[in-house]
Parts: sequence; C-alpha cells; structure tokens
Amino acid sequence: MPAVPFQYMLGSFKRRRLTMIITMGGFALVIFVYTAVLMMSHGVEKTLATGGSEQNVVVSRKSSQGEISSIIDGDAVNVILTLPQIAKDANGRTLATAEPVVVINLYKKDDGGMSNVTIRGVDETAFKVRAHVKITDGKMFAPGSRDIVVGKAVNSGFAGTSIGERIKIANDYWTIVGVMSAEGSAFESEIWGDSKQLQAAFNRQNTISTMTFRMTDQASIDEIKKAFESDRRLVQYEPKTEIKFYKEQSELLAAFLKALGTAVTFIFSFGAIIGAVITMYTAVANRTTEIGTLRALGFRRRSVLFSFLIESVFLALIGGAGGVALAAFLQFFSISTINFNSFAELSFAFSLSPEIIINAMFFSVFMGVFGGFFPSIRAARLKIVDALRNE
Amino acid sequence: MIVKLLIKNSLRHKLRTTLTVLGIGVAVGAFGLLRTVITSWYASVEVAAADRLIARQAVSFIFPLPYAYRDKIEKVPGVEKVTYLNWFQGVYIDKDQFFPRMACDANTLFDVYPEFIVSKEELEAFKKERNACVLGQDIANKYGLKIGDMMNIDGDIYPGQWQFVVRAIYKPRTPTVDGTQMFFHWEYLDERMKQDAPVRAGQVGWYAVKIKNPDDAAMISEQIDALFANSSSETKTETEKAFQNSFLKAYSAIITAINIMAILIIGVILLVLANTMIMSARERSSEYAVMKTLGFTGKHLFGLVTGESILIGIIGGVAGYFLTIFFVNGFSAVVPKNYFPVFVLEDITMIQEFGFAIIVGLIAGIIPVYHTIKTSIIDGFRHIG
Repeated sequence: MPAVPFQYMLGSFKRRRLTMIITMGGFALVIFVYTAVLMMSHGVEKTLATGGSEQNVVVSRKSSQGEISSIIDGDAVNVILTLPQIAKDANGRTLATAEPVVVINLYKKDDGGMSNVTIRGVDETAFKVRAHVKITDGKMFAPGSRDIVVGKAVNSGFAGTSIGERIKIANDYWTIVGVMSAEGSAFESEIWGDSKQLQAAFNRQNTISTMTFRMTDQASIDEIKKAFESDRRLVQYEPKTEIKFYKEQSELLAAFLKALGTAVTFIFSFGAIIGAVITMYTAVANRTTEIGTLRALGFRRRSVLFSFLIESVFLALIGGAGGVALAAFLQFFSISTINFNSFAELSFAFSLSPEIIINAMFFSVFMGVFGGFFPSIRAARLKIVDALRNE
Repeated sequence: MIVKLLIKNSLRHKLRTTLTVLGIGVAVGAFGLLRTVITSWYASVEVAAADRLIARQAVSFIFPLPYAYRDKIEKVPGVEKVTYLNWFQGVYIDKDQFFPRMACDANTLFDVYPEFIVSKEELEAFKKERNACVLGQDIANKYGLKIGDMMNIDGDIYPGQWQFVVRAIYKPRTPTVDGTQMFFHWEYLDERMKQDAPVRAGQVGWYAVKIKNPDDAAMISEQIDALFANSSSETKTETEKAFQNSFLKAYSAIITAINIMAILIIGVILLVLANTMIMSARERSSEYAVMKTLGFTGKHLFGLVTGESILIGIIGGVAGYFLTIFFVNGFSAVVPKNYFPVFVLEDITMIQEFGFAIIVGLIAGIIPVYHTIKTSIIDGFRHIG
C-alpha cells in the first residue's frame, strides 16, 4: 500500500465544500432510487413468502397462474383428503382447507380507483392450518352466515370496509364482522368468508380453487407429489409447499420492479458518475501546484493516484450511505398494487435487507472508482517540474 | 454578441462542458425512457373509442354474464352493434408467453373494433372454421406464425387441450393500437363447456357495445344496467375509456413510483449542471470583478452566468433527446412485446425533456450568480483557484 497523503485529502475536502456536497448529493440520489427499488421488490417477495409455511402444501390445477384461475372439483377434493400424509388435530379432524377464491371490485380510499380484492372461502380449519392469521378486531364470522372478515390492509386501504359495514357481493349484502392480521403477509390484503356460502353465491357448485393442508412431516412432500402423479384422478393437479407456491406468486411483480428499477438506475447513474468525473478533473486542475509539491516532497506517482481515487470513492461512499439512510425511512411506508400473478390487490411494505445495503454500497464504490479513475491518472501523470510551474 | 460570448465561455473548458452535456444527456434519456413507460401504460386509455361501452359483471370482471343478455342489450335504443368476448388465457408454449387470448363473436368483433384491420379474404376464412383464430401482427411475428399454422394451448381457466388454426392476422390501424391479441370463436369454447362443464356454458366475459352517438354513453349505460338490476348477474356498463382507466388505477402505486424516479432523475441533472456552473464561476471570480469595475451590473452578470447554464442545459437536452430515442428503441427490442403492447415515444415526453433542461439550466445558475453578485470587487480580485 503506497503512502497516501490523507491529511492533505481532508484539507481539500474542507476547501471545496460546496462542489463536494453536490457531488455526494448526486451519488445519494442514485443510491436512494436504487435502494428503494430493491426494497420494493424485496417487499413483494417477503409479503408473499411470510404467508407460507414449509409444513403446508397448496394444491392447484396444473398450469394455473394464480389461485383464481385454478379449479379443483369436489370429487378430487375428497380423494386428496384421503392422503395419509395430511396431519390431524387433537380431535382427529384433518388439517385441510378447501377454498373457493375469487376477486371482487372495491374502491380505494386514496384515489377512488377501483381494484380487485381477493375473497377467500374458508372454515375454522383455515385458521388452524395458517396459525399466523388472527382476528384482531371484532369477531370471527359464524359458520353458515353471510358475514365476512377483512384483512388489515383491506380495512385501511379500501372504502366501506369497517366493521359493521356491508359489501354487496353476488346480489346479496355481506356484513363485515371482524378484521384479521397475518404478520404482514398477503392474507392481510384478502377478505375471508364462509366457503359454503361463497360457493353458493358464486354458483360454484362443489368446485373450489385451491386446497391447503398441513403435512404430518415436512419430508412427506415427495411422497405426496408421487401420490398425485400416480393417481389418475389427481394427475391434473399439482401439490407445492406453501412457501414455493407463494414465491411463484411474487415472481412476476418482483422481477418487473427489479428489472425496470435496475435498468433505469444504471442508466442515470452515469449522470452522477460524470458529475464526479467533472469534480475530480477540476480538483486535479486546481491542485496542480499542490500535486507538484507533494511529488517534490517524495510522494510517488501511485500515491497521488490512490489519493485521488480514494477521494472519489470516499465521496461516493458517503453519498451512497446517505442514500441508503434516506431509503431506510421508506420502511415506514407500505404501498398497495395489483399483483400480476393473482390479479388481486397486494399490500406490501418497503423492506430493507443486509443484502440490499451491501449491493448499494458496492454500487457506490463502483461509481466512485469510475468517477475518479481518469482524473486520478491525469494527476499521477503530471511531471513535477510542469506541475510546480503551473501559473 | 451576447450569444457569442456565452458560447465562447462554455467552450473554455471543453472537457468539462462535454462531460456536463453528456451527463445531462444520459439523465434526460433515462427520464424520457421512464416517461415513455408511463405514457405507454396509458396508451390503451388514449385509443379507447368514445363510442364504445363495456358491460361487465358488476361484482368483478372475472365473473361471466349470460349469453342471453345479448339480445336485450341490442334492443336498447342508440345501440348500433353488440359483440362479446371471453377471457380465455391458457398456456401457450410455457407460462412466460403471455399475451391476451380471448374467445369472441367472429361475426361482430371487427365491426365493433375497426382499429383491428383484417383483409376480407382472411376474415371470411376465419369466420368459416370452428377452431380458427385471428392473431395480432406483433404476436404472429414474434412466434413466426403464419396463416394455416396450428397453435396448441393448454387451458387453465378452461381446462383441457385446445387446438387452434391461424386463419387471419390483424394489423393495428395506428402504432398505439395493441397488436398482441389472439381471438377465436366463442362457439368453440361454448361447445366444449356444454360437454365438460354444463354450468359454465352459455356465458360470456363481457359485452362491447358500439353506440351511435358518443354523447348518449351515460344514458345508454344506465339503461343497460337497469335491464339486469336485481338479477343474479347485475351489469356495470361504462365507456371503454373509464373501463381501461379503472384497470390502470389498480396500478397507480407503481405508476407513482416511476414518476417519483423520473423527478429524482431531474434532481441529478440539476446537481451535475449546478456543480459545473459553480466551478466555472469560482474560477472566473477575478474576471467578474474586472467586469464589475468596468460598470457591468448584477443584471449583466446574471444574464452571463444563467445564459451559459441554460445553453449547456439545452445542448444536454438535445443529446438527451437522441439518447431517449436510442433507449426507447433498445428497451422495446429487449422487453417482450407483450409486456408493453404499445411502446412509442410521445411528443409530450420530448417537450417535457426540453422544458426541464431549460428550467434546470436556470436553477443551476442561481447559486453561482448569487455568489458572483454578492462578492465584493476586492474579494473577487483576491480570489485564487
């Protein structure tokens, strides 16, 4: 490691405060956008992933892209229920829930826009299979009634969804009796009602959309898959662990956000890099005499090179850290949009992860190195005599 | 004279000015790309015909309406033509090959949607064959499908294997019309349903209604909805524009996020330009002091500095305009056509680009101008480096 004139670097920071701050500001903006986009994408994945358990299996029709395009008929449900790998509760009842899933239109509170909200038909077993879903306000709907409970995100994001209000679904009014929370997962963006009532209301006879059950043992997923493949009555359906199922549901939206965001940040990061190049070139030009002095004092060419390069990376890192810090505040916000896969509203929070921070910092260093590279080379190439003679 | 001085001044540091122009250009290009993503998203609303209504199931778009509604809607005064469609989806090749696949009424579809242009012979051939389909030009090109080719689709909403033969290819009338859709005979779907799932037979997804006078849209919509009020499938009828808009509203969070990104990009442009101008002004402190001594006032200096700043901003804007074209072309080449059926750079985006370049130029000049005017002549002369 060559000797680097750190003292000198700090001194020059102080003298050129304004341009330094502006350059860092440029880096900060780029990193802010980059981080925010990754946080959105991660938020989508996290929201859908926390809904799933390794212990649970979701059965859907092969090649269906979301729950609403999946159809399982009642006979197949009865066959699935006979699988020995399905866990039972203390009373000997199978921990399986067969659910009709549809979407209905509700109006958003903020801009009055209309969006699709998932409505899922369940019975009390659904709360046992998904233990993280709890009624936090009001009460659970009574079996066989036309009462419903709404997820927290629905309750806060859509008009007319408070307890006691009624929603018109399939030509009948359904009363909201409770609000449920589900540890921030996608179920908070759903409405749950009695499955038999919903089947009847939507004229679904005995068909359902998906079925979810608890396995006796996590390892039995392979046996279950085999059972589905070998049974003629089940071959058109596909069992997946809940984790995997929900991960697939997040793929399109998360990938879209990531691709668009990353592409755009890369393009406009060049703006910030060029800003840094300008700052550094000017720094080199303004300090020509000083560079000559440093060289005359015995600092090597590479010391000068490193000094300028480090200065640039330092600027980028501080700017980048500022950008990440700013983006971290976004964690207090959640946004809600249509998920491409399920075709229904999904509310998710911006979510920061160590991986995102590391990515953002690497990106900062990359911008700093690129911004400082050519000016540093110019500084290192200066001849002592010429530099000292400057002006 | 002044312009000459501005040009001379901006050329004093050729490398710096070039870099600044480049920096602004790239950022303006990114801004243009983002804005194009948004305008493309709205393209479907822009092309929506004013004389077309969409009648769908009131609870949600995903529920069907009885086929029997057709005759009743047709009898509503002011209605010219009724056609109906049914979202089919299915999987073609694999799950990632997404483009709209719909069942339609072959006899009326192209009367209600004149923006899809099909030759007479192809249309006749399509009408005659039960399992024939019409493809949008973009989709036909993408998959190399020609008239007479077979398409195998694995049904999801409508289970089973489906086989279609391409009998017609439609061309979009203007570049903003979606050329990525596939239509086939509703009867083909309905017959299968009668056999496999009788409860699902005799149903259509939604009705598209062409009306004689666009001014009657609200009245006709009300009349249609009144026909089916309190039935098991109530309808909700609205203009196609309102219908498309409600779809887009659902994505408003993403659109807002993209808009915020676009604004932040303008922030980056501002920082780059302001940085350059501050540096220039600092280097020229003693020159400005000379000018002040000669009697030039703050007004003159203001013109000199912001003029240069705006000049560089505009040149950056021009560079950005060409880069936008480059980015937009690159983007539409890389991104599958079906994500954005329409991806065209709109005039408004270009106007915005230049508008922001000029505004940014003006703002970027403010800090250095303020400094220059504030600095006393003595301090100006004393300044070094």
